[in-house]
Amino acid sequence: MAIADVAAFTHLSDQEVEAFGAELDAIRRDIEDARGDTDAAYIRRMIALQRRLMVAGRVTLFASSFPPAWVAGTAMLSAGKILENMEIGHNVMHGQWDWMNDPEIHSGTWEWDNTCPAEQWKHSHNFVHHTFTNVLGRDNDVGYGILRVTSDQKWHPINLGQPVYNALLALFFEWGVALHDLDIEAIRKREKDPVEMKRQLKGIWRKIRRQVTKDYIVFPALSGPNFVTTLTANVTSNLVRNLWSYMIIFCGHFPDGAEKFDESELEDETKAEWYLRQLLGSANFSGSRFLQVMAGSLGYQIEHHLFPDLPSNRYPEIAERVQALCTKFKVPYTVGPLYRQYGQTLRTILRLSLPTRTEAPEPDLPRPKRARPEQLRAHAGTVAPQAAVA
Amino acid sequence: MSRVDTVRKLAARMTTPLLPDDYLNMLNPLWSARELRGKIIQVIPETDDAATLVIQPGWGWAPTYQAGQYVGIGVEVGGKFHWRSYSISSTPTDSPTASGARARYRAGKLTITVKAMPEGFLSEHLVRGLEPGTIVRLALPQGEFVLPDPPPAKILFWTGGSGITPVMSMLRTMDRRGTMTDVVHVHSAPTADAAIFRQERLALAERHPSLTLIENFDDQHGLLDVRRLTEVCPDWRSRQAWVCGPAPMMAAAEEEWGRARLGKQLHLERFSVALTASAEGGHVTFSVSGKEADVDGATTLLEAGEAAGIQMPFGCRMGICHTCIVPLKKGVVKDLRNGAEYTENAGVQTCITAAAGDCSLAI
Repeated sequence: MAIADVAAFTHLSDQEVEAFGAELDAIRRDIEDARGDTDAAYIRRMIALQRRLMVAGRVTLFASSFPPAWVAGTAMLSAGKILENMEIGHNVMHGQWDWMNDPEIHSGTWEWDNTCPAEQWKHSHNFVHHTFTNVLGRDNDVGYGILRVTSDQKWHPINLGQPVYNALLALFFEWGVALHDLDIEAIRKREKDPVEMKRQLKGIWRKIRRQVTKDYIVFPALSGPNFVTTLTANVTSNLVRNLWSYMIIFCGHFPDGAEKFDESELEDETKAEWYLRQLLGSANFSGSRFLQVMAGSLGYQIEHHLFPDLPSNRYPEIAERVQALCTKFKVPYTVGPLYRQYGQTLRTILRLSLPTRTEAPEPDLPRPKRARPEQLRAHAGTVAPQAAVA
Repeated sequence: MSRVDTVRKLAARMTTPLLPDDYLNMLNPLWSARELRGKIIQVIPETDDAATLVIQPGWGWAPTYQAGQYVGIGVEVGGKFHWRSYSISSTPTDSPTASGARARYRAGKLTITVKAMPEGFLSEHLVRGLEPGTIVRLALPQGEFVLPDPPPAKILFWTGGSGITPVMSMLRTMDRRGTMTDVVHVHSAPTADAAIFRQERLALAERHPSLTLIENFDDQHGLLDVRRLTEVCPDWRSRQAWVCGPAPMMAAAEEEWGRARLGKQLHLERFSVALTASAEGGHVTFSVSGKEADVDGATTLLEAGEAAGIQMPFGCRMGICHTCIVPLKKGVVKDLRNGAEYTENAGVQTCITAAAGDCSLAI
């Protein structure tokens, strides 16, 4: 059942909640003070790697009728697009690198390789989702307006089609993201301002036109006789990016243990309670450094939600401190291997396509995992040297 | 549209959402017109605490600046770009081919002369810590402290310390164009050794009989105040004057010329205005909307803008979503959460920052 009061849920007194918040503020300050040359070098290296992958992929695909070239080119293009969307674009648009004061790596100027215009993404994601995280009726990312992901959402016969909607969303994820800020829910309820909608549609159309021209016309045409094979390679790389980012993003707030909240939680919510809501509403997954980078560091979803604008390369060290804090305050910290987190997500989506017998609590789902230190270590994964990914 | 621009536009169809420049600058860091760049070619020591930086500008630079203008230079220290403005000491290119789209890709070198200031960590870094080969960012030249072309018939230059730099650009320009008119240049420095460009100025004075050089070395002759200036240059009233130096010197000049009702003949360069970072609150100018407000040190810039009736961008209002970012054009603002300060050319989150002295926001 949706949580109406985070403090009561965690059995913490008001003083304990504030103390917990103060400790998180301290972590934030420490990281802010520590940011420097090595962090700047990290994002520059990531950007350089991504751009080289794009150039190499595009050039290789000029020979796309030769099957090994098709495979290699598609792989490089897919990896480049995933890196751009996940570890670079998403994080840059969060303002994680604004402190560098470099307009070329800044949330105010970044445009990503995706059909969703940066400006609309920043509104629906940075503001709506990250401020009202998991609050039913306020956060449109709870099911994205088309999926029932918690039994707190009332069942409707239309939910019977969930397995299909889910598969379509996975395949066409970037298009779903492009339309997300339109707020399907508001359009359905006829609450959408038509002038604003027209402005947004115009922005989306402009972005789509540029993206589609590049991937499906310009580069295939430049390949001359290999037009068709380059086209299929480009379609495939966008598809790979869609499936991958869909899976990673669905593991952020839908696995077991990622709580949902009632709107009443927002009343007089302090910064410390906001922290607590971010922590309770998010789920991490464990994995190698390589996996984390390809996931845009979203295996550290909890840390990302506590500090969305701190540099992503710092999340592993932040996670250690947050876990210690959770142990100290006996607050749950949800983490598991990627296959399990996604398995739980998929199971929930399938199960909730049918009506739930009782409105609450969750239908015999396992209890959220309480973090025990030995368990956390087991899930921390091996940390590969950064050079392996750069 | 020039051919260069057409090619760029076509290439951008392939690189969208990036620009061709974003890929080209991986081959050569100067091949980008997205953010103006420059490469430090040489650092020439001028005196014990001053050095001239020779900079090769990259694409997009306008070589048609005016003698006396200043340029913003952004240097990366600790992963972060810090911006300061310095007068240009080189002379502008004035060949007819210098204008137009093509010239923006082949600019001549640029020099600025920097004096290390006590407590000025960036000037210290520029004078002593900058390696040739370093890539810096540049802002387009600007400033009203310029020499008209042709120059007026009678000129007084009064400079102190590193205030010589914009005037040096003017002297070099007149020298190169052969337009040296009746010029009196009064320059103060602590000692002869500390006087920047001394040899070059002596040589210029030798070459141009119409240039009179009056040097004052404070340790030897005492400070040259405005009263002594009027003694060493008795016909100052009949001259167009360009004055650049320490703040008290310029304030005294403003007063003296004002008293003589000759304010129109006086040109001042206030490049050395001290950053009032310790101030709390200040006068905030919203430059695009043309609104202004006096605010205290606890009011956020977002609240200040909204109170002034501006449609400010906003989101979470708690410093996490970065929706409210507005470019800071001048002055200093402070992050209310941790006291971090932001200076000119930074994008600031208005929901958690307040004015630390007078400042200007581009909205």
